[in-house]
Amino acid sequence: MTNLKGYKEIPIGGIIPKAGNSEEYRTGDWRSFKPIWNEEGCVHCLICWVFCPDTAIIVEDGKVKGINYDHCKGCGICARECPRKEKALYMVKEE
Amino acid sequence: MAAEQKRVAMTGNEAVAHGMRQIDPDVVAAYPITPQTDIVQYFSSFVSNGQVKTEFVTVESEHSAMSATLGASMAGARAMTATSSQGLALMWEILHIASSYRAPIVMPVVNRALSGPINIHCDHSDTMGSLTTGWIQIYAESAQEAYDNLIQAVRIAEHPDVLLPVMVCQDGFITSHGIENLNLLPDEVVKEFVGEYKPKYALLDIENPITVGPLALQDYYTEVKVQQAEAMKNAKQVILDVAEEYAKISGRKYGLFEAYKLDDAERAIVVLSSTAGTAKAVVDNLRAKGEKVGLLKPRVLRPFPAKELVDALSSVQAVAVMDRAETFSTAGGQLFVELRSAFYESEKRPLMKNYIFGLGGRDTTTREISRVFEDLAAALKKGRVEELITHLDVRE
Repeated sequence: MTNLKGYKEIPIGGIIPKAGNSEEYRTGDWRSFKPIWNEEGCVHCLICWVFCPDTAIIVEDGKVKGINYDHCKGCGICARECPRKEKALYMVKEE
Repeated sequence: MAAEQKRVAMTGNEAVAHGMRQIDPDVVAAYPITPQTDIVQYFSSFVSNGQVKTEFVTVESEHSAMSATLGASMAGARAMTATSSQGLALMWEILHIASSYRAPIVMPVVNRALSGPINIHCDHSDTMGSLTTGWIQIYAESAQEAYDNLIQAVRIAEHPDVLLPVMVCQDGFITSHGIENLNLLPDEVVKEFVGEYKPKYALLDIENPITVGPLALQDYYTEVKVQQAEAMKNAKQVILDVAEEYAKISGRKYGLFEAYKLDDAERAIVVLSSTAGTAKAVVDNLRAKGEKVGLLKPRVLRPFPAKELVDALSSVQAVAVMDRAETFSTAGGQLFVELRSAFYESEKRPLMKNYIFGLGGRDTTTREISRVFEDLAAALKKGRVEELITHLDVRE
């Protein structure tokens, strides 16, 4: 906890005077299982993107590009819903 | 120069309701049924008559009253509510949240006993239990003081060095329903004194979006609590500064406490609120007989003016601290344990004795208070206190 600020430095009352700050909270730290995306097996149906509750599936130009591990909590919904299953998305235990 | 004031006959509740009318807060959220006081009833008629611009929100419980008041305060409004007894108890969870959010809510509280047994009369069990909620607490002896404290509370709560909620306490029925003569300031003088509330952060300030109430675990919870404690420390000076300014418009002086004939007193009683008035009569009677007795009436309990109270009692030889709430600690009432602890560093420590009195509205008259002074005289003679904690006027 070395980068944490002191009580004289932070706004009072726990207020965060900035919008959209939840993005900075790395909920990926909570993960005990990690989804692994395999580009070769993926058909880019985007079902994982639809189901992901943390919008952690990175999509560009209609194609899956990877997983945002800063915010993926490892719930495993993407791997469960993936129609290609093991070929495109699967869970491994977090090291 | 003090403003010309109107002399009126009012109950404590009515006086406080008129204070709220003059403050004209943006939002008042209140539960309109018992244990609510008629402060809110009077205030609702001011709303209906168009005498205030307040958005008046009737809610389904005191928990919701405090929640809605807090929401309004965080939105940037000057927000108030009022409560008593069980109502305060039901607000409990949100009391802590309001102070941690640094919401400058002002809330009149009419001190009444907590059930059970079911009771509606005066004691301090409601606010004594809420001493740890992070609210400033100011106590009044009379309707005049309740009114004066209310108006000052707005400035104390909203001061940038403080930004904490304030409870403005008066004794149930004795003060809240007893009619007294008091002076009301002109509306425009109060309006000017309280000024306009300009919040530093407001949820409705869309140019400067904020998050209110985020999670703070092992990383930041402590820092937020220390900020609150610092604000509470700052409050002491702000209370004195606001009192000084208030004296200029009203002619009435307030401090952290009131010392009554204490200068050369050998024996003194320390007691809050309306009972201090009764004790003053006893002090006068005994002084007329040449007995050196005095009274100390704390006005502010949070922040606790430990050093100031010790200094005020420094030349007294025997002190009786009277608590109007049973805390079941078996080591003394709340005021007693805090004041006695404050004396720990002192070289001169008076004999101290605790009385628990007036529970559930039991009358405490000059007779009982005279007995307390007699007990102190006996303790001084013996050089020690025989019974540390005495329940005053109880049947065995």
